[in-house]
Amino acid sequence: MQISGRDSNRYQTFTRRAALLAGVQGVAFIALAGRMYYLQVLKTDQYRMLAEENRVSMRLLAPLRGDVVDRFGRVLASNRQNYRAMLISEQTPDVEETLERLSRIVEIDDFTRKRIMRDIGRSPRFMPVTVAEDLSWDQFAQVNINEPDLAGILPDVGETRDYPYAEEFAHVLGYVAAVSEKDLEEAREEQPLLKLPGFRIGKEGIEKTYDRELRGVPGSSHVEVNAYGRVIRELAKDPGKPGAEVVLTLDLDVQRFAWERLKGESASAVVMDIHSGDIVSLVSAPAYDPNQFNMGYGTAAYKELLESPYLPLMNKSLAGMYPPGSTFKMVVAMAAVEAGIEPSHRVVCPGHYSLGNHVFHCWKKGGHGAVNMHDAIKHSCDVFFYDTAKRIGIDAIAEMAEKFGLGQTYDFEVPGEKAGLVPTPEWKRGAKGEVWHQGETVIAGIGQGYLLATPLQLAVMTARIANGGLDVKPRLTRAIGGELLPVQPPKPVGISDEAIAVAQGGMNGVSNEPGGTAYRSRIPEPGMELAGKTGTAQVRRISRAERLSGVLKNEDLEWRQRDHALFVCFAPYDAPRYALSVVIEHGGSGSGAAAPVARDIMREVLTRNPVRPQAKTPSGNPNSSRAG
Amino acid sequence: MLDLRRFTGHEMRLTEKLVEFNWAFLLLLALIASIGFAMLYSVAEGSFTPWAFRQAARFGVGVCIMISVAMVDLRLWMRLAYPLYGVALAMLVAVEVIGFVGMGAQRWLDLGFISIQPSEVMKVTLILALARYFHGLTLEEVSRLRNLLVPLALVGTPVGLVVLQPDLGTAILLIATGGVLFFSAGLRWRYFIFAGAAVLAAIPVIWSRLHDYQRNRVFTFLDPERDPLGTGYHILQSKIALGSGGIFGKGFMEGTQSQLNFLPEKHTDFIFTMLGEELGLVGGIVLLTLYFIVLMFSLNVALQCRNQFGRLVAIGVSMTFFFYVFINTAMVMGLLPVVGVPLPLVSYGGTAMLSLMFAFGLLMSVYIHRNLEISRGPSAFW
Repeated sequence: MQISGRDSNRYQTFTRRAALLAGVQGVAFIALAGRMYYLQVLKTDQYRMLAEENRVSMRLLAPLRGDVVDRFGRVLASNRQNYRAMLISEQTPDVEETLERLSRIVEIDDFTRKRIMRDIGRSPRFMPVTVAEDLSWDQFAQVNINEPDLAGILPDVGETRDYPYAEEFAHVLGYVAAVSEKDLEEAREEQPLLKLPGFRIGKEGIEKTYDRELRGVPGSSHVEVNAYGRVIRELAKDPGKPGAEVVLTLDLDVQRFAWERLKGESASAVVMDIHSGDIVSLVSAPAYDPNQFNMGYGTAAYKELLESPYLPLMNKSLAGMYPPGSTFKMVVAMAAVEAGIEPSHRVVCPGHYSLGNHVFHCWKKGGHGAVNMHDAIKHSCDVFFYDTAKRIGIDAIAEMAEKFGLGQTYDFEVPGEKAGLVPTPEWKRGAKGEVWHQGETVIAGIGQGYLLATPLQLAVMTARIANGGLDVKPRLTRAIGGELLPVQPPKPVGISDEAIAVAQGGMNGVSNEPGGTAYRSRIPEPGMELAGKTGTAQVRRISRAERLSGVLKNEDLEWRQRDHALFVCFAPYDAPRYALSVVIEHGGSGSGAAAPVARDIMREVLTRNPVRPQAKTPSGNPNSSRAG
Repeated sequence: MLDLRRFTGHEMRLTEKLVEFNWAFLLLLALIASIGFAMLYSVAEGSFTPWAFRQAARFGVGVCIMISVAMVDLRLWMRLAYPLYGVALAMLVAVEVIGFVGMGAQRWLDLGFISIQPSEVMKVTLILALARYFHGLTLEEVSRLRNLLVPLALVGTPVGLVVLQPDLGTAILLIATGGVLFFSAGLRWRYFIFAGAAVLAAIPVIWSRLHDYQRNRVFTFLDPERDPLGTGYHILQSKIALGSGGIFGKGFMEGTQSQLNFLPEKHTDFIFTMLGEELGLVGGIVLLTLYFIVLMFSLNVALQCRNQFGRLVAIGVSMTFFFYVFINTAMVMGLLPVVGVPLPLVSYGGTAMLSLMFAFGLLMSVYIHRNLEISRGPSAFW
């Protein structure tokens, strides 16, 4: 076989060039192999890591919030199932359109719509965002049925906070609510948890104070996700730790009873164990529904809360400051005894008391005649205490007031505690730049003037009188997560038994001796007798002209102008166990308005928690009178 | 008319041709295609539907086409070269017209019973037409300027039409194929140097005429991190999947990146990535080696052939195949910008598979008729 000459040089050229192309191919394949070696051998660790990052996504699991229970384990705050609709924004071509369709089933107001758009903006597109919560079963079923038409909507069952007793515990428990931008900023490393859809944090009360404990430890789920963020399977799961149970010192029954008794008034009541300081009941009325905060209070309803003259958002038992009025007289009496005035010392009360050219009036127009310390407390004689205050001076009174817990805070578990005010000449100089007048000492003798105390402080004051002068402090929490909180044994405040006996005896007279200002509101059942003290705190100044023409009766005054009604007491008198303070804002008189309420609450406390009858221990040994 | 028996001694009968057919080569192709079936099975999460089974069926049809094409006398193919080219060109024009009427990019021609991508057909017929043309020229004639007008038009016309589609990848492939044939026919080096310089000079002009998505692909190629979720996503995810495969891979059907859809287009253009992830460096090198054997075999066919037409057809088919393999694999490894070029025999796709098997049929026809000498003259055959 032969190739013609002219073709042969074509052939040779072709062969050369084909060999060149083969060489190009060889080089190209070596380059490819080299590149593969680079990617799959040299850089494989780096790419393997990137692949894992691609593939494995950690999802936080919100822990179940801990329950709050009363001293007997009855649930005050818990979780319940919450039917909700979530939205995954990447799964819908048009978020607005989807919301529009959903709003045919569930109402979505403008405020919620704004919140949804904000949530979508700050989370990744595959992350579900809560659109509507707390759906009724009907609504939830409709969402489920219409799911094919609701692109991106994911029906879901979550847990939400539930307060079965709503208003009764509103001020103690507080509430949980959606995480705000400010909360997020403060959270720092906990941000991912707080960013979970529908996550709630404690905003007030116990929910706020023990937010961390109640919150628990978030679990995590390592899931394999595909390129669209959809979960394919779970690789590992850490269930986390549910929040701790918080056991309060409250008694559900007493709390509900006190609430029922105060409902309709602007009032507060505090019941406290005089030895341990355990708060058995802490009520402030009116209140709000914490469940509403959880779901987002309606704008109109919230405005109403804010603007109500009865201040439903304020926890009056801690933050309401009132002149203690006559309930302060025991402190003055004890200061007098400590200052060397005999309890048998008598003052003649003609119905008024003059200091310089100023006249101070006793509440009883005709006067009480000659009264000793016991009778002065029993009848709440003002003139006796005007005179006594002037004798011992403001500093002695202030010192005693502070020993009995006024003018200070106690690091109480519920936020918002106010210190009140125990005035002294130094205080006045510092705060007002004015000198102290003796007249101010005189009116301090009957708990008026600059003096301010909270109902909690009044309960503490009464408890310290009842326990024989030990500096018991209020506490609201018995245990967290199964661990009992230690009780600090109270220390003596430094007062004589004689002084305590005068205060206790006087209070006994108020309630149990005929003629006492609260005799009508005594507890007749043996072993339950209470010893109390009325207080009527004047809100307005009564002018000389008015006094001449006849002082207006409280009932004839505008609500805002009426006197505050106060009552403090402890019981049983023979073996004191509980102290109680009741303040009814603008309620009229202490004996008329506050004493009956206090009596009823105290009887309820004693009925439900009977105290073993025991010999009276005036020295107030705390252990001798403790009921098993 | 000449008696062909003068060259070959005798006309080959069909049985002789079947014996001459290189069955080992077909087996090699089947091996490569099977790797494709396996990967398509894996992409579908362990299912023959929707891809693996159909791909296998297509390969079966492709094998029939290949054998049939191989049985046809090479001289007949030479005679049909221009008519086939004309048909392909007509189809390209038709696609352009339909696309214009339908207001959109159009690459497919629906013939009712089958959809054809005319640009794929053009790749094969261009080789035939150019081989036919250069067959008739002596080495000296090839480098004469006036003799270049026809082949330049043969290349330029379809390239222009394809660019209009717009399908830059195919246009470059057509130019490269044309260049290979010019080069193999013996065109002087200086023409290539001129052409190279001209291309460099034309780059700014071409750049200004590119569509945004085409420019983006170039940008993205130069810096994939620029837009990791947009156009850079493909390259980045492809490199992650490949790199994480390591030496031995994650195991068949265990490729997390591919199976979880991080990898786009994994059953078509990015199938090599999936193979690299699941079967590792070893699997990738095995496949590349198989490809390389195909290339060396087809080059050998070209070198053994005793007629210029056959040689040019063989080297044209070989180099087209090479371009496909190289552009695709280099793209998924991040060495080239993303261009829509499938991995031959492995990527899912009908027209590409069939036109490739047609081309291999031509190669086999050249192989079978390698000892046929065909005269240069215009009426030298038939």
